Amino acid sequence: MQNPYLPYPVRIEEIITETEDKNLKTFKLVFLNPDDEKKFSYKAGQFAELSVAGKGEVPIGIASSPTEKGYLMFTINKVGLVTTTLHCMKPGDIIGIRGPLGNSYPWDILKGKNVLIIGGGFAFTTLRSSIVYMLDPANRPNFKNIHVIYGARSPGMLLYKDELTAWESRDDINMHITVDGTDDPEWKYNIGFVPTVTEQKAPPGNADTYAIICGPPIMIKFTQPVLDKLGYCHDNIIMSLEMRMKCGIGICGRCNIGKEFVCKDGPVFTLAQLNMMPKEY
Amino acid sequence: MKIIRINKENWADGLEKLKRSYRLFGPVKDNNLHVFKELDKGELPDCSYFNTRLSPKSIIYPQSEIMLEYELDESKEDHHILKEIDTDYSPRAVIGIRPCDAAAFLLVKRNFDTPEYKDPYWIKSYEATTFVGLACNNPQTTCFCTSAGSGPFYEKGLDLLLVDIGDYYFAKIITLKGENFLEAAGWDTEADGNAEEQIKTMKQKAEAKIISSIATDKLKDKTTTDLFDAPFWEEVAFACINCGACTYVCPTCWCFDIQDEVNGYSGIRMRNWDSCMFPLFTLHGSGHNPRSTNMQRFRQRFMHKLKYYVDKYNDGIQCVGCGRCTRLCPANIDIRKVCNLMNGYSA
Ligand SMILES: Cc1cc2nc3c(=O)[nH]c(=O)nc-3n(C[C@H](O)[C@H](O)[C@H](O)COP(=O)(O)OP(=O)(O)OC[C@H]3O[C@@H](n4cnc5c(N)ncnc54)[C@H](O)[C@@H]3O)c2cc1C
Ligand code: SF4
Ligand code: SF4
Ligand code: FES
Repeated sequence: MQNPYLPYPVRIEEIITETEDKNLKTFKLVFLNPDDEKKFSYKAGQFAELSVAGKGEVPIGIASSPTEKGYLMFTINKVGLVTTTLHCMKPGDIIGIRGPLGNSYPWDILKGKNVLIIGGGFAFTTLRSSIVYMLDPANRPNFKNIHVIYGARSPGMLLYKDELTAWESRDDINMHITVDGTDDPEWKYNIGFVPTVTEQKAPPGNADTYAIICGPPIMIKFTQPVLDKLGYCHDNIIMSLEMRMKCGIGICGRCNIGKEFVCKDGPVFTLAQLNMMPKEY
Repeated sequence: MKIIRINKENWADGLEKLKRSYRLFGPVKDNNLHVFKELDKGELPDCSYFNTRLSPKSIIYPQSEIMLEYELDESKEDHHILKEIDTDYSPRAVIGIRPCDAAAFLLVKRNFDTPEYKDPYWIKSYEATTFVGLACNNPQTTCFCTSAGSGPFYEKGLDLLLVDIGDYYFAKIITLKGENFLEAAGWDTEADGNAEEQIKTMKQKAEAKIISSIATDKLKDKTTTDLFDAPFWEEVAFACINCGACTYVCPTCWCFDIQDEVNGYSGIRMRNWDSCMFPLFTLHGSGHNPRSTNMQRFRQRFMHKLKYYVDKYNDGIQCVGCGRCTRLCPANIDIRKVCNLMNGYSA
């Protein structure tokens, strides 16, 4: 019997500090046993439990894309016990990983469609995975127009800055980067909150256009009416939820919303699905 | 179905014989209350009990259980790598378990043994166990098993059903595991032809003694969000102090927490029973808590048992009607009342 609680051992290969407040770091992990990497076959939108011996586990969205081989990437906000321990670790240290867990963004449905990605703050991790996945030369023909609206408090709080710049200069993806405010005279992108930029820049909703939205509750709350106004139907609005988790496999009973376990039946739900579920998240 | 007659004078001998091939668990008296524990050599189960205060779920699913272990000393080769531990999954038998409590394991099995993930700890313990039930001749006023999908002589979930006739037991064989158990004990006297009929009569008598019931027929068709938003929750939850006693004693509550514990350089990862009644259960690291109030946690417990579970598995409620939560609640919260409110509610 395969033990779903037993993590695969991984080595921290590289740690990158992402933001000016140093609260977000990206970890590149490499499997100690190459066979484990084959077993860990994932899709953009899934997450994993990172496991620190002696401290515990945390569910973290997979920030690397399935098209990037040889390593996994996670971007971690320093919050409490386990994430703080991770922030104090160094390359070479051994941790564990369980997964991939949860469903993913609905890639079967998204095939042949326009995709609008809306992200705010550090919830951009699985969105990065999705963008890298879609931009892969083998996959790009499977999608029509790709729009990305991504906002952070200030330029220094944006994740993956080099990649953002590279995507800006491409013509097969429409980037709309924004910050709440900045005194940087060099800043050449948008200034304003995500809902406002969405209103100005997002393509109109139709049967062929899907929005994936991840961010702090306040951003989601104000972006949703904008999407309604733009004509997005609730089946075409896709969200990824967060709940406190332990097992990550629908067994410990912790992360339910109604009868759905966010760890196993989610974390990705359409707004139409969420409308049928208790508002308890 | 074959029925064996066990004379009580052969009871103790048979049990001692069984201890050679099984770890035996049974009800014993501990400070005036009955608990299930592993029987020592020469120790007999006390089958004169009504039911244990705590459910026997811990025999399969201990309150604290080690899952994995690891070494933190960096000079050791496999340091920081989590490993499986050796656990004793040798055959065991629970003697004198009430039919409702055995049926509870079947409800819980759906959670631990799923098509996608198998919980090896729960499944291995469950599979190693023979369930020797003791039919309930004298149910209590708080029992409502017959309307909660089980009953005082309920057989599903058991391998063997014992019926206490006074000087002897009838042992009704339900599964091969049950048959093997009898064989190991050396109990092989077949009961006479009337036994079946006699058990049936006793079953009817016992069922007639159950005076309380719940109605669950309309739960399935209710809209989840209607029930969730129903106005009665504030009032029924008002007295609840979120002590968690109800979930602790319940045979069908299974939620757990996972924690690491380190002693020197060696550590374990363990799981511990947890409860949806505690605020920490859902508290995010950010401070946000989707169930920050008493009422929300109270509602979760009942919605889970009586609606979410019903919808998820389409085979009844997540409660066998043992009545423990009602008997032990310091605030007199009664699941029968809450269930009937839910079943009768229309938005
Ligand atoms: C599907 C999913 C994806 C996530 N992706 C990311 C990500 O990409 N980057 C990131 O920085 N954070 C992410 N989080 C949030 C992250 O899991 C929490 O910040 C983290 O668990 C806090 O753990 P801690 O030990 O530092 O905090 P503590 O407050 O000490 O928490 C103790 C334990 O409670 C649980 N817990 C606490 N808060 C949360 C929470 N918000 N969500 C789930 N479990 C929690 C964990 O098991 C944690 O170890 C994600 C959460 C989920 C559910
Ligand atoms: S036993 Fe009673 S008071 Fe305690 S948590 Fe359960 S319902 Fe609330
Ligand atoms: S909810 Fe109450 S009555 Fe039902 S099985 Fe649990 S303890 Fe027994
Ligand atoms: S985290 Fe255990 S059920 Fe979802």
